Amino acid sequence: MSADLLTASGLSLSLGGRRVVDGVSLSLHAGQWVALVGPNGAGKSSLLSILAGLRPPDEGLITLAGRAMTQWPARDRARQLAWLSQQGEAEGDIAVADVVRLGRLPHLGLIGQAGPDDEQIVQAAMAETECLALAGRRLSALSGGERQRVLLARALAVQAPVLLLDEPTTHLDAPHQHDLVRSLVRQARAGRAVAAVLHDLNLALAADRLLVMAQGRLQADGAPSDPAVRATLEAVFAHAFRIERFGQRWVAVPDLDTP
Amino acid sequence: MPVHRAALSVPALVASLLGLSVLLLAAGVSAGSEGWSLNWRADADLISAIRAPRSLGAWVAGALLGLAGALAQGLFRNPLADPFLLGSAAGAGLGVVLVLVAGGAAGVTLGLAQAGWLLQAGLVSAAFVGALAGVLLTLLLAGGAARPMRLLLCGVVVGVLMGSLSDLLLILSPEALRGKQVFLLGTTGFLGWQHVAWMAGSLVWLLPLARRLARVLDALVLGEASASSLGLNLPRLRLGLVALMALATACAVSQAGLVAFVGLVAPHIVRRWVVVTHAGLLALSALSGGVLLLAADVLARSVIAPQELPVGVVTALLGGGYLLWLLRQQTRPA
Repeated sequence: MSADLLTASGLSLSLGGRRVVDGVSLSLHAGQWVALVGPNGAGKSSLLSILAGLRPPDEGLITLAGRAMTQWPARDRARQLAWLSQQGEAEGDIAVADVVRLGRLPHLGLIGQAGPDDEQIVQAAMAETECLALAGRRLSALSGGERQRVLLARALAVQAPVLLLDEPTTHLDAPHQHDLVRSLVRQARAGRAVAAVLHDLNLALAADRLLVMAQGRLQADGAPSDPAVRATLEAVFAHAFRIERFGQRWVAVPDLDTP
Repeated sequence: MPVHRAALSVPALVASLLGLSVLLLAAGVSAGSEGWSLNWRADADLISAIRAPRSLGAWVAGALLGLAGALAQGLFRNPLADPFLLGSAAGAGLGVVLVLVAGGAAGVTLGLAQAGWLLQAGLVSAAFVGALAGVLLTLLLAGGAARPMRLLLCGVVVGVLMGSLSDLLLILSPEALRGKQVFLLGTTGFLGWQHVAWMAGSLVWLLPLARRLARVLDALVLGEASASSLGLNLPRLRLGLVALMALATACAVSQAGLVAFVGLVAPHIVRRWVVVTHAGLLALSALSGGVLLLAADVLARSVIAPQELPVGVVTALLGGGYLLWLLRQQTRPA
């Protein structure tokens, strides 16, 4: 596989006396999209925010593009790595297009003027997530799914080599979830390293690689075609489903028969 | 918000607010204690000495409060935030009470209306220093501006502490009560040209500085963590924004007292009509704040002339009424 854009070794984090991330090591490669899966409370979001440099780990090291995370000036880091938070935090009355333009903030700073290139990138990001028609709307007037697409466009507009997304499919209907996954694939094929926390296992099983987390630990790291990875995935969810082959794809079939 | 898209273009709103300002200024120089007078030539002395500075002063004080309100609402990501949140109101109040009590101890005749030039200058500086001291104490207690929730809580604590200190002093020296009352209700009656110059001088550098930091407020719309992920040093930038808010508030409050509601309502008026980023919101909130306080001043002078209403009572009525109207609009299906 191609270059490691982001590597982490021995990451640990305790919150309120509980180890939410426990000795996690991994690397994200250019050109690959990775799904981070695991039951509620497994530490996925905490791990993602540590990887994004937003929360210092208690132990462990992260290297972004060959340089220690702590050595990156904040604005330079923000050009290398875009992060999409879990939904619910964004609240306000600015226009959709201006939300997406915030993706250019790491490039422009507080007073730099956006040029035609920036505007083109913003338009392309909005086209990618189908929110061009929403451009003049207030963020506060959008539905959950529309808002999620706008926030995703904001993250894409950074054009960072590393893209970390925390539950990007929340509130999206099935067709838009599929569009999102296609979009992640395109981002990866364009040479980015993409990692997304996903709850829909059928979408996750379409990823190039799965990171399976439970109880703060990375339980498996490999392609969905690897039987050991699939077995771990079934196990961390207490065998609530079976993973079966369907044509070229792997699918999770819920086990609803056991009383 | 009831309107999904902008109801007005930004230039149309600017033109309306400027037009209103001019009309209200004309009303402001015509409103005397003996009713309306359109004979400006005959009243020239009265206008240039009293009515013009008072009207302009009301506008500029309102603009400062509107700016501070837009900063507060962006900083705390809350449309109910107002410029007095971080201890500036209680601090200014305590400063005023201290001067009034000290003045009383020195045998100066009390009450703002009879206050000599010295006492009045003392009150203005005490309110200014007190407002800034209140915010500074809040920042110290909160350990900086890194955690907004802690900042708000410390603002409440400082407000309560300084408020009770004021009350204690007033029990010891009850003759200062009336002066404090005038300050609490807000007053535009004492504004002269030097006050206008001082406030306008502050506005012309506070507004551009605030606009330079406006993108921080835009990014905060996404949430704290997302704003940090965009490379912003939030603790430091927030400190700068708090400082600008405190200065704008202190400038206005020290000249016009604790005028209620202008800082809270001005940004709402703007958001009702246009969809803008914070660079626009800050400037337009200053404009609306000016219109609002000037309108309140004209009403306060003319409704029961030759008596005057406290201008803060009028802003509270106007602002409260506007918020109620906004709420009614919101509950209607869009």
